[in-house]
Amino acid sequence: MSAEIYEEEYSIDGKEFVAIGVASTKIKAALKMLGIPSDLIRRASVIAYEAEMNVVIHGGGGIMKLEIHPDFIEIIARDEGPGIPDISKAMEEGFSTATDKIREMGFGAGMGLPNIKRNSDNMEIKSEVGKGTEVHAVIGIKRE
Amino acid sequence: MKLREVIEVLSAEILCGEKSIDGIEIQNGYASDLMSDVLAFASPYVLLLTGLTNIQIFRTAQMLDIPAIVFVRGKMPQVDLLELAKESEMPIIVTKSSMFDACGKLYANGLLPCIIPDRQGG
Ligand SMILES: Nc1ncnc2c1ncn2[C@@H]1O[C@H](COP(=O)(O)OP(=O)(O)OP(=O)(O)O)[C@@H](O)[C@H]1O
Ligand SMILES: [Mg+2]
Repeated sequence: MSAEIYEEEYSIDGKEFVAIGVASTKIKAALKMLGIPSDLIRRASVIAYEAEMNVVIHGGGGIMKLEIHPDFIEIIARDEGPGIPDISKAMEEGFSTATDKIREMGFGAGMGLPNIKRNSDNMEIKSEVGKGTEVHAVIGIKRE
Repeated sequence: MKLREVIEVLSAEILCGEKSIDGIEIQNGYASDLMSDVLAFASPYVLLLTGLTNIQIFRTAQMLDIPAIVFVRGKMPQVDLLELAKESEMPIIVTKSSMFDACGKLYANGLLPCIIPDRQGG
């Protein structure tokens, strides 16, 4: 409904573990530059990083998008990976299909999607097996 | 607790970010080798203690506005992590203490835990 005041898209390489977080770092910098309150920046950064991690380790790469509207921030992550067969199960804390390699790096505990939900005011997942996954997370910006 | 005191209490070595150290004071600590949990449970501006050394430890810290990282058990962070930390002037500290030992010493000196929220059924 409301006009966008900022929009940026970031492509995410699916092969490089080392590069995970590059897009989220840029998103964090953009929010800072635009003067968004720091607690909202932190929530958005956590959402972006968890989503970026999933795009790489589960989705094989894709894109992320940051949209800033006058009264909300939206973060979108999209991949054309294997999709999620059971979304409600994937949303459960502790459910994970991550590989041992990812676990050794300190991730893959099935905390990411619930953490995205906790940090957003509204979250939606669209996924189709064999086609891909799209996660939308919205954070409201309160006006005094 | 001042970061400078943390370094003394842990007899720790400073790998980078020396310039930022005197400006940092922390109230809470979070110790974990699981970044998934750090992202979910660490409150902002905490001191992170970990034994993992890959670059994603730095990125996790950066997303959460964590001002400094302590590596325990004498674990040395990987080169690419150190490069990023240097660029952003984040103090990186290494102690020979075990995780338990480091946490015990910091707790005894007044560093507080993070509150883990109640979450029934995830
Ligand atoms: N983009 C995606 N494509 C395919 N499957 C996904 C995607 N995102 C999540 N999933 C599935 O949902 C599960 C739960 O995701 P979640 O982010 O909560 O945990 P995780 O990534 O396994 O571990 P953590 O986030 O704690 O590192 C994943 O293990 C995976 O099976
Ligand atoms: Mg995840």
